[in-house]
Order: sequence, then C-alpha cells, then structure tokens
Amino acid sequence: MIVPDGEVWVTGEESLAEHLLRRGISRRAFLAFCSSMAAVLSAGPLAAGDAEAAVSAASIAEGLGSLTRPALVWLQLQECTGCMESVLRSGDTTVEDLILNLVSLDYNELLMAAAGSAADAALAAANQRDHILVVNGSVPLAEGGIYTTIAGRTAEQVLLESAAKATAVFAVGACAHWGCVQASHPNPTGAVGVDQVVTDRPVVNVAGCPPIGEVITASLVYTLSRGAPPPTDAQGRPLFAYGQRIHDVCPRRARFDAGQLVQHFDDDAARDGHCLYEVGCRGPETFSPCPIVQWNLHTDWPIGVGHPCIGCTEVQFYDRFTPFYDVLPKVGVAGLSVEGDAETIGMIGLGVVGAGVAAHAVASTIWGRRAVKAAERVRLPLLGDVPTRSVPPAAPATDEEPQP
Amino acid sequence: MSTRVVIDPVTRIEGHLRIELLTDGRKITEAWSETTQFKGIELVLKDRDPRDAWAFAQRICGVCTVVHAIASVRAVEDAVAYPIPKQADLIRNLVLGSQIVQDHVIHFYHLQALDFVNVVNAAKADPTKAATAAAALEPRYALNSGPRFTAVKEQLAKVLASGQLGIFSNGYWSHPDYRLTPELDLMGVSHYLDALTWQRSMIRINTLFGGKNPHPNFLVGGMASPINLDNEITINQVKLDKIQAMITEAVAFVEDVFLPDVVAILGAYADYATIGRSSPNVLALGKAGYNGPGHPRNSGLTPGLLLDGNLADVVDFDPAHIEEYVTSGWYSYRDGDDKGLAPWDGETTPRYTGPKPPYTWLADDPRYTFSKAPRYDGRAVQVGPMARVLMAYAQKDAETLDVLTPILRRLQLQPGQLNSTAGRILGRAVEAVLLARQLQSWFDEFTRGIRAGDVTTFNPDRWEPSTWPASSKGVGFAEVARGMLSHWVRIQDGTVANYQAVVPSTWNGGGRALAQRGPYEEALSGGHPLVDPAAPLEALRTLHSFDPCQSCGIHVLDATGRELAWAKVQ
Repeated sequence: MIVPDGEVWVTGEESLAEHLLRRGISRRAFLAFCSSMAAVLSAGPLAAGDAEAAVSAASIAEGLGSLTRPALVWLQLQECTGCMESVLRSGDTTVEDLILNLVSLDYNELLMAAAGSAADAALAAANQRDHILVVNGSVPLAEGGIYTTIAGRTAEQVLLESAAKATAVFAVGACAHWGCVQASHPNPTGAVGVDQVVTDRPVVNVAGCPPIGEVITASLVYTLSRGAPPPTDAQGRPLFAYGQRIHDVCPRRARFDAGQLVQHFDDDAARDGHCLYEVGCRGPETFSPCPIVQWNLHTDWPIGVGHPCIGCTEVQFYDRFTPFYDVLPKVGVAGLSVEGDAETIGMIGLGVVGAGVAAHAVASTIWGRRAVKAAERVRLPLLGDVPTRSVPPAAPATDEEPQP
Repeated sequence: MSTRVVIDPVTRIEGHLRIELLTDGRKITEAWSETTQFKGIELVLKDRDPRDAWAFAQRICGVCTVVHAIASVRAVEDAVAYPIPKQADLIRNLVLGSQIVQDHVIHFYHLQALDFVNVVNAAKADPTKAATAAAALEPRYALNSGPRFTAVKEQLAKVLASGQLGIFSNGYWSHPDYRLTPELDLMGVSHYLDALTWQRSMIRINTLFGGKNPHPNFLVGGMASPINLDNEITINQVKLDKIQAMITEAVAFVEDVFLPDVVAILGAYADYATIGRSSPNVLALGKAGYNGPGHPRNSGLTPGLLLDGNLADVVDFDPAHIEEYVTSGWYSYRDGDDKGLAPWDGETTPRYTGPKPPYTWLADDPRYTFSKAPRYDGRAVQVGPMARVLMAYAQKDAETLDVLTPILRRLQLQPGQLNSTAGRILGRAVEAVLLARQLQSWFDEFTRGIRAGDVTTFNPDRWEPSTWPASSKGVGFAEVARGMLSHWVRIQDGTVANYQAVVPSTWNGGGRALAQRGPYEEALSGGHPLVDPAAPLEALRTLHSFDPCQSCGIHVLDATGRELAWAKVQ
C-alpha cells in the first residue's frame, strides 16, 4: 500500500507529494511504489520507443505528486462482476488505495453503501460533475434494451447519462470492450461494447476476461498521474499492457522453437513444462501482459500453470478461437513451418491483412504508428471538479525520512 | 394505506436486482423480487464443443467464478462417462473450497457489513478502547492493536472530513437502527480493510492450480496443472509450500476474526434471529465445496431436504422433483404457462411483458422478473450455507456441532431460528470455518498421494469426442457459496445440443409460483420492519443475508422466440 495504515490525503488541502512528506512517508517508499507501477506500465515493449508512452518511476512520481482526488463513476452494466473482483485482487495499487487515497469513487454498485434511490441520487449528482467514467459490462440493445435495466432505465440510457460529462471513458473487461460471451454467436440480447454506444469520443479498452487487476488500476493511475489516458492500439487497448504478443515473451517459447510440444495434457512433455501450442494455445494470436505482469500478486498465469491461453484479451475470442483445444488453424501459406504459422497468425491477430510471413518489425512499426495516432486522439484534460494544482516537482530524491 | 417502495439498484450484490415493496408505514406487507438482467449464455453454448463449455458457463458469474466451470466439467464428464484421476478431484476441491471461503469473507465484510457497521460512528471511537475490546474478543489476531485502529480511524476521519465520501456517499449513517458502539464499528471498518488484504493472498490457491482468479482454468478429464516435484514450473515443492501457507492463513482469519466478528455483531442485532424468516423448506446435497458428476455421492451428508421446519426427518433428495415455473417470469411455455417443467424437459421462450423503460413499477403485472421460479415437489425451498448447516445439524454431523453448538448457546438461539436474517449470516461464518479446515484435510490427502507416487492429473482416455456415445446427457451438482447448483447438458455428435443451469439465486431469488412467494420475497413480506422507506436499511440486511448473485439467475434465451425442447433430443 502506498499509505500503510495512514490517514488519507484530502482534496484541495495539499498535493499528494506534500501529504506524503507530512505523513512521514519517505521519498524512497513513494518512489518504490512508483517503481512497481512503472513495472506494470512498461509491460508493453512498444511503449519504450514512444516518447509519450515512456513510463518511468520518476514521471509517475511527478504526476501523482501534484494530484487531488478526482471523481470516478464506475458502472456495471450487462456483466458478471468478475472485473470488479479483479480490481479487488490488485496488489500494487490496491482497491483501498484507489477508493480512499487516489479517487473519490462516487458510484459503484458492488461497493457503495447506499442502495435504491439514495444510490441513484449519488449517480445523478456525480453525472452532473466532471468525472472519469469506468464501465464494466456490455450494452444489450435488442428489444429496446430490456435485457439489462438499472433503476428502471436501460443500460444504454444509464451509460449515455454517465458519459455526457465524462472526461475520460474506460471500458474495462471484454464485455465493455466488445460484448464478450453474451455477444458471441448468436448474441441473443444484441450485446455490444461501450464504444458502439459512446461514439463521440475515444474509449480506452482495458481488455481481458477479466483484465489483470493491476492493469485495471494502472490504467487509472496512468491517467491520474499524466493527465491523459494511456496511448492505445487501434482497438483502444493501452500499449503499456497490450503491446506484446504472448508468444513472443512466453517462458515456454524456447520449447516451441525446439519443437518440444505437449501432445496431450499431463503427458511427459506437460510434466516437463513444454510448449502448449499443440493442445490449443492461443498465445500466438493474443496480445496480453499475462506473462509479464502475471496474476494475483505475480503468483502465476494460465500458461505458466499448464493450461493453454484461450485468448481472452482478443475481440470475439469465443467465436474466433473455439474449439479452444484445437491447434491454431493453418493459414494456407505453403511451406510454412509451425513457427511460420504462429507468426503469420500473430499478424492476423494484429489486424495486418495479407498472407506471408511478415517480419515482426514491420508489424511493430505499423503498430507503433497507430499507437501514436491513437495517443493524439485520446488526449484529454484532467478530470474532477476540484482544480488540479500544479506544484513544482518534489525535491530531488533523498533517502532521508522527513520529520513529522 | 399501502405505500410503494422500490429498491433499485440493490447494491453490494452481484448482478442487477430490483425489489418492490408495499409498506404500511413501519412494516413491509408485500415484496417482489425482480431480476432485471439477462445474458443468454446457455443459448450461446448450443452447438459448441462440450470441452469448451466450462469457459462459457464460468462467465455466468465472476464472483463465484469457479462454481459454474466446475459444475460444467462435471456435467460433461457425467454425460460421456469420463472418470478423472483422484488428484484432479482433490485439486478441484481445493480450488472450489478456497473460492467459497474467500467468497464468504468478501460477502460479509464488503457486501453485508455496512448494513450493521456505521462508518461515520466508527470515526468517533476511542481506538485504545476499541483495541482492548477487540483483543478480548479475538486474542489471537495481531492487527487488533491500538496503533492500527488509530491509523484506520484517522484515515476514515479524513475521508469524512473531505466531503468526498466516495463509496460511503448517501449511506444511511443517521438511521436510528445502527446499534454498535463506535469501538465495535471501528473494529468492523478495520477488518473490512484487513479482509481485502487477506483475500488477495489466500485466493492464490486458485492461481497456482488454475492460472488466475477471477476465472481460473479448468479441463474436462482432469486439471491442467501437472505435478512434477523435479521441475521448476509444475506443481512442485515451492508451490506446495505456498499452498500450505495460504491454507494456514485462510484458517487463521476465519477462525480468529471472521466467526468472532459475526457472533459479536449479531449479538447486538439479536432480534434479527426472528426477522427475515423465509420458506420453511431447505435443500442441501452435502457440505460446502461438494462437487461431482451425476447423483451426489460422498458429499459429506445424506443429500436431502428438511420440510416445514421439521429438523427430525431428512427427506431423500430426488432430482426428478425439480421443476421450474414461469408464472411470474417473462417467458411462456408451449403447453401452458401454469405447469412446471423439469430441467431435462425445460423450454425457455422469453416474452417480455413489462413496461417500456424507463419504468417506475413492475409488480402490477403477475410477471415481473427474468428469473424462473424453481420448486421442489411443488415447494419453494431455500438453499445456501444456512441450509447446509441446518442439514448437517439435523444429521448430527460432529464437526458442525462442534462449531455451531457453543455459538447457538451464546446467542441463545434455537437451531430452527437459523431460518432468519441472522441465521443465514451466521451459517456462512460457521461454514467458512468448517470448510477452511476441510481445505487442510484435502491438501493433506493430495500431498500424501504425491508422496505415494500419484502424480496423475488428467485422464486422456475419453478426451477425443470420437470415443463418446453419439447421444448422451449428464448433470453436475455442486454445493457452492450460495447453495445447491446443477448444470445439465445434452451432447449430440460431439457438440452441445442443450445446456441448462439451475442455480442457487433462482432457488432463493425467483418470483412467485404455485401461490408461494420465492424465498427473498417470503423473508421480506408479512411484517418485516422498515421504518424509513427512503433508507431501507432493514430490508437490505435481510436481502444481503441471502448473498444475492443475480447474474447466476440466467436461463436459455432465444431472442427470436424459437423453442428449445429438451425432450426432443432424448
């Protein structure tokens, strides 16, 4: 925790940096926190070459140090609450850091004390002010929206009311991103993602079913500390988390290159930790920080444990990637090795149309260009009804404990 | 003169629940439980590879994120007669059991507690006095300390002083029926924060076997977490040591903090053992964490029911008595809406007859919810921790009696009073202790197996659909956080021909059928207190005592109105 057992920093009275110094939190402890955030935010390699996206502990420290607590509205539409549960699991910026120290979470149905008309009044009040909008869940449009209603209003109505004064919009999780399981064939409720409804401004898509908790909170901390949402790929996914294909950084990649492949679950190769490609791994098609950030306090991740990746950060993975245990389809280019197939499929996953084994660098360049464009597109003013104060950067780092 | 009261959204639950009430000013006279979300996952499952089904069904719910996946793989394995290795059984038990313990703790501290714990009052506490009182209550818990409580109080006071109350905005903090001392309130807030830290750690049992949580991975035929003590990334001694540490911390928190907290808080709300009494029938197939293919076996208890509040006779469970009714739901049945259909013969044709949104009142129409109403032999029944604990009591289960009896004595409760708001909350805490201890037993069995050379986690023999019968059906039962769960699958030529989930939150949260209210409705109707319709705190206490999980209340949905007739596939 950034402020262990401590008093909370209060809007408007002082900057976070001043607050921490007064509280006796050492500059070193604060920077350690910022370093852990930087490790998460730097999971996407493409960020490194992009000045806008370059994330260092120092830049986070500078941004966070000048913040006040902005308002957050966190909707849950047609969804399963797995994304909020993932937030509860985040270990770097914890949910208690988030709601007590970093933002004012003015509406969230899972956590808020009030219910019914009192909750609805809190939402209405928050909607009247500038706020960051986070959305879990899809928007079912069939039959006039009757498949999800909240306080008598359709999910679409609820979303549009909260989007009106939102300074930034985050679609968190596969449901909000593209509709997820309920939007899969035959999509009985007409479920769509947030960016199909909120079309007048960019939407940041924090992808995954669910996304890793630390990635969700890092997306918000990034925005709070830099005054703008993170640059994204063409799907709106933040580059710091979704710039890397799992297959390219997988610890089992050397096994793949050596042709050491699990043929069925729990065979000798499985017990030796070999590659899961032949039992259906979607790592070659999937852009996700799972291998780097990992899950649940960096404890493990699906491929690490021995189950193939099902590709949950990718659009329409329930239709495009199933049956999950079939080996990735060949793409019809003669003479390709298995490696070639995987690479080519990776290009398709990137949206790079065209057969052939494109050099990964080419795709990266294309991707990087899109990223820069997206970053320009999503630049937004910061947030909250309390004016942000700009304070000079804190004094150079020293290890001295300030006197309380 | 009746007054209409609407609670929508019901917050601190999973999913979307609306409650409509009639009150006479001080008491609730009538209640309607209304599920206002629908996803149609069962229809999406049609024609899929049954080995993939768990990954779809799992996304029914991300709170009880393990349970639908396990019921799904069990149902498929039952259908195609697919035995799994013993170690895979134990891994599933450990994953499900740890998830239930975590779920119960999260439910109490983060979804229920603010109905009883006043955070504004907590800021008035004397932290030293609070620490002394807490240490007397829970002597083994190190964070019941003056410095810790002082820090929490200061943090809370600052939030309140800031005017930005966040999740505490518009709470019912001036309601006259908050009863705890500021010191107990402060302890409650402190443990709210502690429980967040605890759950992040102990849930990693899911991660080490399933790769992540929420939504860990499962596998038809076993588990995809191979055991090899001589490899660095498989289940090895490092991971076994971690799991042991997590079980130890799980047991410690529920024994040393959770159960004592619940007993202490309920002690101040003793009348809630007479409030929230609901349907007098309970159904439990076994102890919490049971999961298996086909008819329940070795579930720790005789699967059965207790009817009409009679604890002396356990009525044997017969799945043929399960029927679902749509007389209050937005569906129609081909041969008439007034009869019930068994899951195997179920059909679901949605027919929304409610008002066009935005709407203000639903209950004038006999149909008011997207939940069907399950009945057992024509009766509304309650499922969940209370049902399981009561069933274990009726069957004189020694482990349960050992934990339960002294608490009943201390709170001066009769076992029958567990059918109440307080009883459902208490049942969850008692069960968390029992299940956490069971985790240790399962883990010991697992490691003994490894020492004896049993490292098999998957059976490849029935993996290929070519080895399956052309046509089959199966059911998986599980006793999960919110009660008895069953998944029913029909498989035709290697694909899912039909899929049905009958879930705890339809048993408890469904609407009227056969002239009986559903359990949520029954608990609130007929005199439940509600002093201030604008601050329906008492009703929330009772609703939360069921741990509503409304996304689970889904059924096959076909927006085109096409019928899905299970009987035809047979």
